[in-house]
Amino acid sequence: MTKAISVSGLTKTFGRTRALDGLDLDVETGEVHGFLGPNGAGKSTTIRILLGLLRPDSGAAQVLGGDPWTDAVALHRRLAYVPGDVELWPNLTGGEAIDLLARLRGGIDRARRDDLLERFDLDPTKKGRSYSKGNRQKVAIVAALASDAELLLLDEPTAGLDPLMEVIFQDVIMQAKADGKTVLLSSHILAQVEKLADRVSIIRLGQIVQSGSLSEMRHLTRTTVEAQTERPATGLDQLPGIHQLHTEDGRVRFAVDGGHLDTAISRLSEFGVRSLVSHPPTLEELMLRHYGDELEGNGHHKVESESTSEATR
Amino acid sequence: MSTAIKERAATRESASAGGGALAGTGTLVRFALRRDRVRLPVWVLALFLGTLSTASSFKTNYASAKERATVAETMDSAAGLAMTGPRHYLSDYTYGSMLGHQMLGFTAIMVGIMSVLTIARHTRTEEETNRAELVRSAVVGRHAYLAAALTVAVLANLVLALLMAAGLGGMGMEGIDGKGSLLYGLAHFAIGVFFAGVAAITVQISGHSRSASGMAMAVIGAAYALRASGDVGDGFLSWLSPIGWVQRTYVYVDNRWWPLLLTLAAAVVAAAAGFVLSTRRDVGAGLKAARLGSPHASPTLGTPLGFALRLHRGLLVAFGAAALLFGVMYGSILGDAENMIKEVDAFEKSIEGIGGQSVAESFASVVLIVISVVVSIYVVMAALRPRAEESAGRAEPLLSTGLSRSRWVLSHVIVAAAGGTVLLLVAGIGFGASGAGSTGDGGLFLKLVGASLAYAPALWVCIGVAVALFGWLPRASAVAWVLPVYGFLVGYLGQILQFPDALNNLSPFGHVPQLPAADMNWTPLLLLTLLAAGLVWLGLAGFRRRDLETK
Repeated sequence: MTKAISVSGLTKTFGRTRALDGLDLDVETGEVHGFLGPNGAGKSTTIRILLGLLRPDSGAAQVLGGDPWTDAVALHRRLAYVPGDVELWPNLTGGEAIDLLARLRGGIDRARRDDLLERFDLDPTKKGRSYSKGNRQKVAIVAALASDAELLLLDEPTAGLDPLMEVIFQDVIMQAKADGKTVLLSSHILAQVEKLADRVSIIRLGQIVQSGSLSEMRHLTRTTVEAQTERPATGLDQLPGIHQLHTEDGRVRFAVDGGHLDTAISRLSEFGVRSLVSHPPTLEELMLRHYGDELEGNGHHKVESESTSEATR
Repeated sequence: MSTAIKERAATRESASAGGGALAGTGTLVRFALRRDRVRLPVWVLALFLGTLSTASSFKTNYASAKERATVAETMDSAAGLAMTGPRHYLSDYTYGSMLGHQMLGFTAIMVGIMSVLTIARHTRTEEETNRAELVRSAVVGRHAYLAAALTVAVLANLVLALLMAAGLGGMGMEGIDGKGSLLYGLAHFAIGVFFAGVAAITVQISGHSRSASGMAMAVIGAAYALRASGDVGDGFLSWLSPIGWVQRTYVYVDNRWWPLLLTLAAAVVAAAAGFVLSTRRDVGAGLKAARLGSPHASPTLGTPLGFALRLHRGLLVAFGAAALLFGVMYGSILGDAENMIKEVDAFEKSIEGIGGQSVAESFASVVLIVISVVVSIYVVMAALRPRAEESAGRAEPLLSTGLSRSRWVLSHVIVAAAGGTVLLLVAGIGFGASGAGSTGDGGLFLKLVGASLAYAPALWVCIGVAVALFGWLPRASAVAWVLPVYGFLVGYLGQILQFPDALNNLSPFGHVPQLPAADMNWTPLLLLTLLAAGLVWLGLAGFRRRDLETK
C-alpha cells in the first residue's frame, strides 16, 4: 500500500505556543484514518499544514506524493477539505457556495450534489447569513463530497450536526471509502471514529502518542470483565495483569491486560461462572490512558472507567 | 382568607401585565449607554464642533454684508437650492440664516444616520447575534429592547440639541441669537428622533441589521431628495419630507416652532408603529421573510474573477451612484464658480496657484482631487477585501481548492483597479456633462473626463500599498487608509492652506497633473503605474511566503 499522507518530525510554533512538537503521521491510501485528540492538541494545525495554508517550522510532510506547500494548487485539485468552523459568504446562497467551492476545485458531479443535498436535508436557496452552524457545516460537507477528490481532509466535520445527520454522514463516509477514497477524520467524538476508522492516531500536545488499528491498540490495553460466580472468587489479585479489582457478594469486576486475559478467565471458571460480561476497551479508555493525568490535574478523580467515560464527552 | 390570597394574586397579575412589557428597560438603557460610551459622544461632539466651526468660518469668509448678498445670489439657482434649503432663507442672508440654509439639511442627514445606527445596533444586531435571546430569557419585557434603544437615541439627540443651542447662542455672532439657537438645536432633536422612529419600524421588517439600517437610510435619502426637488420647484414636495419640515422652521429668520411639533408627532407615530409591528413577529425573525436565492451558482461565479466581482458588486454600485451624483452636483455649480470664488479669498489664492485658462478650469481641478480621493476610499476598501476575507475565516476553504494564493489576491486587485477606474470615468462623465452644460462650454466634457481618468494610476498605487501591507504585515493592513486621508488633507486643504510642495509629493495624488488647468504630463503617470505594479508584485511575494491566518 502507498501512503496518502506521510509526515515526520513536524514542528510548528505560534509565538510562544508550540502547536506541533515533532509530529509523525502516516495515512495509507484507501483507509479511513481517525485523528483523535482534545481541543488544542494540534489537529487543525496539522491539517492546515497538509493543506499548505501553514508552513511548518521543521519536519517533512508529503500529501499524495507531493509537497503540500510548493505543490498546493495541484494537490488541492485532488483533495477536499471540510473545516471545523465553516464560514460562508453572507450574500451567497448555500447552493452558490457549494458550486463555487466545487468548481474552483475542478468540477462538480451534479447528480451527487443533488443527492447529497437531499440526504442532508439542506435548502440550497437560503443565504449564507441565515444558516445555522450545522447547516454551514453541511454546505462544506456537500461541497467536499460532490467533487471527485481522492483524499478527504475532515476537521471535526460533524461538530454542529444532530444525531440523525451524524448517521447520514457515516453512511456517506463509508460510501467514500468503498469508492476507494482516503479519509483523514479528525474528531474528539470517539464513537464516530470507532465506527468509521480503520486506524487511529491519538495526538496530544502536538505529538502522536499512539497510532495503529483499533484491534492492535486494544491488544495493548485492558479488557474489562464483570462476572457472577457461584462461590466468591478469590485469589484474582494474585494474578499478573489484573487491575481495579472489586468483589462483592459473588460479583466480581476487574480490568485485565490484553496478554493476561486467558489466565484470568481460567481462574474465574474455577468458581462456577453464572454470567460473564466482558467488553474491549473503548476509545474513551484508550484516550483516558493518555489524558488521565490531565483530567486529574483538572480536579477529576479517577473512578471506574464507565463513569470517567461520561466525563470525557 | 382565601379571598385575600386571590386579591393578592390578582394585584400581582395586573402589575406584571402593566409593567411587564417594559420590565428591565432601565437596566438595558444603562447597559446601552455603557456600550456606547465612546461612540455616541464622538458622534455628538463631531456634529456639535462641525456646526460651530462652520458658523465661525462664515465670519471669516463672508465678513461684509455685500459678500453675503453675493453668496445669496449664487445660491439662488436650481443647483444651489437643491444642495442647501428653501429660498425664503435668502431674503435676509445673515450668518444665522446662512447656517439654517446651508447646514441644517446636511446635519439633519447626519443626526438621522446616528439615530438609525443606534436603534439598529441595540435592537436588530442584538437579535441577529443571538445575544437578545439570552437577555430576553431573563426578566426583560417584550418591548424593553426597543424602548431602551429609543431612549438612548432620544438622549443622544437631546444632548446634541442642548449643546448646539448653548454653543451657537454663546458665540455672539450677528444674526445668531439665543432663541433661534434653541430652535436650531431642537430642530436637530426633532429630526433625529423622527429617524429613530423610522428605524424602529425598519428593524421589525428585516431580519438583518445591515438591511434594516439600509432601509432606514434609504428613507433619509428619499426625504432629502424630496426636499431638494421641492425647494427647486414650488415647494410642494418638500412638505412630504420631514427634513423639509425642519427647514421650514426658517430658523434665525422667522423662528417658527410648529413644524417641530409636526416632526415630533410623526416620530411618535413611527415609534408606536414599531412597537405594534414587533408584536407580530418572533424574536430573531423579521416581518419580511429572508429572501431566497439561486440554488445554483451562475457560470461566472465559478471563476475567481466572477466571484470577486460578485463580492464587490454592492459596494461598487453604491460608489458609482455617489460618484455620478458628486460629479453632476459639482458640474452644475461650475458655471457659477467664477462669481463664487472671487468672493472667497482663501479659494482665490489656491486657484491662482494652480493656474489655468479660466477660473472654471482651475476650480474643476480642485474638484477632481476631491473626487479622486472619494473614489480612493472604494479602492482601498476593495483592495483590503482579501484581508477581510482572511480574518473572517472565509479564505481558508477557498485556498484549499485549486485556486492559488496569487490568483485569489489578483482577482480582487483587478476588480479594485478596474472598479476604481470605472468610478473615475463615471464621476468624470457626470462632472463633464453637467459642467459643460452649466458653463456652456461643450469642449469641457472630454477635458474633464480625461482629467478625471488621469487619477487612475494614483488609485492603483493605493491598491499596491494595501496589497504590499497584506502580504508582509497583514495585521497592519489598515495602515493603507493613510493614503486617502493624507491625499485629502494635502490635496484639498493643502491647496487652501498653502502647504509646502514636499508634503504634496508624498501623496500619490500629488504627482497627477492637475488637468484641465495644468498641462498633460505622461511621465509621472507611467511611474505611478510602475510603482503600483511593483507594490502588488511585492505583496503577492509576501503573501505566498506567509502562513494564512486562521481562526
